[in-house]
Amino acid sequence: MKQIVLEHVTKSFTTKALGTVVAVDDFNLEIEKGECFSFLGPSGCGKTTTLRMIAGFEDLTKGSIYLGDKLVSDRDKNIYVPPEKRDLGMVFQAFAVWPHLNVFDNVAFPLKVKKLPKREIVEKVTQALKYCNLSGLEKEYPSNLSGGQQQRIALARSIVVNPDVLLLDEPLSNLDPHLRESMRFEIKRLQKQFGFTIIFVTHDQAEAMALSDRILVMDMGRIQQIGTPQELYRHPVNRFVHSFLGQSNFTNVIIKEGRVYPTGDENNAIYEDSLLPDSKAKVMATRPNSIELSKESGFPSTIVKRTFKTDFAEYLVKAGDETLLVQTPHRNIFNSGDRCFLRINNPAWYEPEDQKEKGERERRNTM
Amino acid sequence: MNKVELRGITVHYGEHAVLEDFSLTVKAGRIIGIVGPSGCGKTTIVRSICGFINPEKGEVLIDGKLVYSKTGRVNVPPELRRIGVVFQDYAVWPHLSTYDNVSYPLKKRKTPKTQIPELVEEVLEQVNMIGYEKYLPSQLSGGQQQRVAIARALTTSSDFLIMDEPITNLDAKLREQMLVEIRMLQEKLGTTIIYITHDQEAAMQLCDEIVILNDNGSIAQIGTDEEIIKKPANRFVFQFIGVSNFLPTCIKGGKCYLSLDEEILLDDNIPQDYPIGKTRALLGVRPMDIVFDDNSPIKAKIVQATFLGNIYTYFISLGKEEYRVQRIATGETDDDKYREDLTVGVKFVNVKYFDMEESV
Amino acid sequence: MTAVKNKDFLKLEGKRFFSLDKLMTVLCYAALITVVILPVVMIFYYAFWDGSKIDIDMFVKVLTQQGNLKAIKNTVIIAFFTTAIATVVGVFFAWLLGRSDIPLKGLMKFLFSIPFMIPPFLAAMSWDMMFSGRGGYVNRLLMSVFHLSSAPFNINSVAGIIVIEVVYYFPFVYMQVVSALERMDPTLEESARIAGAGQLYVIRKITIPLTIPAISSGMLLILITSLSNYGIPAMLGFSQNIFTLPTMIVELMNRAGGSFEGIREAAAMSIILVVVVAIALWGQRKLTSRGSYDIIKGKSMRPMLIKLRGAKYPLLVFSLIFLLVVVVAPIVMILLISFVKAYGLPFESQNMTLANYRRIFVGNIMVSDSVKNSLFLAFSAGLICLVLGTMLAYVVNKIKPKGGTVLEMMAVLPYSLPGTVMAIGCMLAWSGAFFGITLYNTIWIILVAYIARYLSYVLKSSSAALQQVHYSLEEAARSCGASHMETLKDVTLPLIKPAMISGFFLVFLPCMRELTTSILLYGPNSRTLGVAIYQLRINGYITQAAALSVVTITLIIICNNLVKFVIGDRRRK
Repeated sequence: MKQIVLEHVTKSFTTKALGTVVAVDDFNLEIEKGECFSFLGPSGCGKTTTLRMIAGFEDLTKGSIYLGDKLVSDRDKNIYVPPEKRDLGMVFQAFAVWPHLNVFDNVAFPLKVKKLPKREIVEKVTQALKYCNLSGLEKEYPSNLSGGQQQRIALARSIVVNPDVLLLDEPLSNLDPHLRESMRFEIKRLQKQFGFTIIFVTHDQAEAMALSDRILVMDMGRIQQIGTPQELYRHPVNRFVHSFLGQSNFTNVIIKEGRVYPTGDENNAIYEDSLLPDSKAKVMATRPNSIELSKESGFPSTIVKRTFKTDFAEYLVKAGDETLLVQTPHRNIFNSGDRCFLRINNPAWYEPEDQKEKGERERRNTM
Repeated sequence: MNKVELRGITVHYGEHAVLEDFSLTVKAGRIIGIVGPSGCGKTTIVRSICGFINPEKGEVLIDGKLVYSKTGRVNVPPELRRIGVVFQDYAVWPHLSTYDNVSYPLKKRKTPKTQIPELVEEVLEQVNMIGYEKYLPSQLSGGQQQRVAIARALTTSSDFLIMDEPITNLDAKLREQMLVEIRMLQEKLGTTIIYITHDQEAAMQLCDEIVILNDNGSIAQIGTDEEIIKKPANRFVFQFIGVSNFLPTCIKGGKCYLSLDEEILLDDNIPQDYPIGKTRALLGVRPMDIVFDDNSPIKAKIVQATFLGNIYTYFISLGKEEYRVQRIATGETDDDKYREDLTVGVKFVNVKYFDMEESV
Repeated sequence: MTAVKNKDFLKLEGKRFFSLDKLMTVLCYAALITVVILPVVMIFYYAFWDGSKIDIDMFVKVLTQQGNLKAIKNTVIIAFFTTAIATVVGVFFAWLLGRSDIPLKGLMKFLFSIPFMIPPFLAAMSWDMMFSGRGGYVNRLLMSVFHLSSAPFNINSVAGIIVIEVVYYFPFVYMQVVSALERMDPTLEESARIAGAGQLYVIRKITIPLTIPAISSGMLLILITSLSNYGIPAMLGFSQNIFTLPTMIVELMNRAGGSFEGIREAAAMSIILVVVVAIALWGQRKLTSRGSYDIIKGKSMRPMLIKLRGAKYPLLVFSLIFLLVVVVAPIVMILLISFVKAYGLPFESQNMTLANYRRIFVGNIMVSDSVKNSLFLAFSAGLICLVLGTMLAYVVNKIKPKGGTVLEMMAVLPYSLPGTVMAIGCMLAWSGAFFGITLYNTIWIILVAYIARYLSYVLKSSSAALQQVHYSLEEAARSCGASHMETLKDVTLPLIKPAMISGFFLVFLPCMRELTTSILLYGPNSRTLGVAIYQLRINGYITQAAALSVVTITLIIICNNLVKFVIGDRRRK
């Protein structure tokens, strides 16, 4: 069943400095019931605007939005259902817990609005607090609580009415890294338990991948690709998606008779595939984790620099004039200056970057 | 040669002891990272070196010269200690242009006027800020402001810099880039740098030597990145450096067992780093070092599997507890075969043993 | 032993370092004790000491007199109703401008700022000209239009005083609340909408409670100002023998004519006024003891404006009429009166003249003196407060000596003390009580009183700026080789310069229009603008008083725009 449908949704702003900017450009989207769906993109890509249109905080310039089978926003038919009538749950980046209410009253607020009987309110709030690990803090005021606890209040408040749809607007980006990770798992656990449909807005690809069934990658107001985390990571449709989902090596190469040479080294092929057409300037995109580093065989190289990360070791290795980033577990340790051999797996191929597109991205970033 | 020596420094804030009898020697010409959880006294250490606070006990020596001693009643004011300081919030003066910010220390040191422009240009070139002389800080990005701050610190003293969380306020990409630039600068000028951070990854990437502080401000370990990764001095360091799993083990009849609901043989001998004289200890293992191996007698159930692109993270349940496992995704198609609810065999590599009683 | 690289070390042997911190702290204590503490002590001394022993009979005497009790009752009634009504009005307009889609916001914001520029006693005078019994111009107009036999309004009453105070003090609440609303994180309200709450419910349960700290601090300002205001009740009440505590105290002082007994009576009344203010302060603290909320975080996003729909234009018309009546009308009235040949004549061209201006400027020594005096006082008080207040702010915020809060409390004490009380204190302290210094009847005593009263304005504005100057900015200068003094000169002071300039004008402007303190302290050669206008008015030269008022308002508006220009210019840089 479809839970959220966007048809030709467009939003444009007019400002004095920049003229008209199309923040969201002709979005068509269907989100299934019970799905966890992410809007992923750099800042200014229009992801928050889209979410706020779904919530009812922004007008549409064109198009229509359905929640369930109900039309909630339509520019042409002049339909606009205000946010309080959309039956949504929403968590904001800045927590937005009310400082003048204690934890219990914050979470009870949506129920009091609905004028539920007192006993039922107590019961539901207690439940919600339990799910969000806040039991025992009912009487505390938010200012006495940590950022993580405040965000859990916001979460409890949004799920207490058991909404069909939960909108999460960068809910983790104000938390420190440790907390961010554990909240990620908590949200996932809650979703499993209640089967909400979740729309999750983020600029953090790891967060999006960890949580989502499907991800929409957007850039400059346009949909770039929609797919599962695996599809997006392994088969990105363009260079932007490749670089936005995880780290990438973009290596300038020359292709001759199915053999791929990094620029500056015409003797050793770094990759072979007889189906590749010849080219004088091509970009080979690889993932740091899909390059094998060995002491025995492959493309001969040297380690330029080694850095220990918490989860793995990172190496910069030489290939002709190009430098590649490689990640391996801590147990295979090379030292700076060591000779080594590379084997490339699953590369993707792109044309060298378009200067015009680069310029447009910079223009939007100054907004 | 020793650039800085701290001897028996003690600082209290009210009742709370921040540093208790703290001593540290920093050799010249290297980058030393001081790393520790927030509130462990890192900043207090550098503020004592700079002279912004006066410790209740102890001595500070710079270049072998006593600059602070409580008992000897020596206290050289900060402006005479000649330390270039880079602060977390940049601390570039908003009312002065890049040029005026960077030339300020030269003016205060009464450098001949004719030499100043040349010296400023030289330093601005080191930090790639040529052409921005007339800009006010508000017209510069965070990264550029931090470069101005570094340039100003370099004109104060090109042989000794203290950097207090200098990249924390920058975004991830810029952080990476600044680390590379700081390293290049240091290699060119041979500056001694004390680098304060709570981010152990940045410290491992940048520093020649890392000092890891305990919560109470005492030193947990001093070593290179490799030493700290491979030979963590204790459980605190092991936990501080990254995500860690701990499993109970015991020694019976000269053999080492994993002691869960049942006891499973781990090692036919007593492992070398097993706490001496103990029959029980904790096995510490990194998520990346728990390896799925169907032949292993240790069976665990996958509770949660998450694909993060370059790595997979799993929660596995073993005995009564859940543990974190990570695996580098190689891009092969059988990558996804470890799904939730699957029972798999696991083995532990690169394990460390820690005393059970050791407090953390 | 290696060579010492740092040449500075060699110069240091056996050198002692001078502490700037200590010097500044001591200076601050000395200044505050002289300017603030001595006058306060003197009031208590006079109220409780009858020359030979401690004596509280004076209080019994003061409190049993019918007239005094009446004054206390009036003061409390006026303050209570003024505060309550002005708060409602202020919150209403703040919400209208801060959250609704009402048009012409720019114009209305400008109009709201005007009451701050016009001295309240001038406004009261203007309203008096419009609505005082049968003589008021508007009353006469209404009587002739509607054929009434008696005046429809009587401004010379307790209710009249309340109305005028409301009109002039509601901007205190309005300003506080509108800025709180503008800074408030809009997601706090949005999340309530998402939770299912409609617009009115959100205002009631979220917006208003969150702005309570702003509302209550505005309320407190109104309360204190109303309790201690002299100008409005004096202008409107004297003719009907309506007294409040401040006007009563001045009356007692005048009657006493310098007798010990009379001064003691005034001192005792002052203490009663202080007690009333203290109760108000305590009550406000009780009300807001839940502390202030941090409502300013998150991404800055424009809040969604609430559509007023059908109510939009009626509300707009209502607001504009209100603003025209309370802001524009009094100014027009004063302007018209200043050109009329004699008070009471209708505004027709044959009755108009420039003679009033000529009379006050040519040959009227009292007026020309008062212009000079006020300019001198405002300028010197501004400058001295600037230096002292900034030093105090630095000591309190940066040096943080033990007892720093005592310093701060000493500095803000006169702010919550009624000006009348402070004036009496100064009079008692500087009439030869200490070291034989007698400043009474000279301009210097007014200067001292101004400094005490307005010092906290600079302290607040400089403190706010200094708190923005992170300690690392100063430490960076120290590590660059600047001494403490050089750091102050090169870094700290330039950074807070805009705040210092605006602090100067925060003192300068109220000094220009001051009446409450000066009316007690002026001598034959030290009249201020306020005193001059007041005396012209009282002595029946109403048209000349109006002309001088127009001059004063013009001066204030020019200075005010100068400030905006200077500060705005800095900001743009």
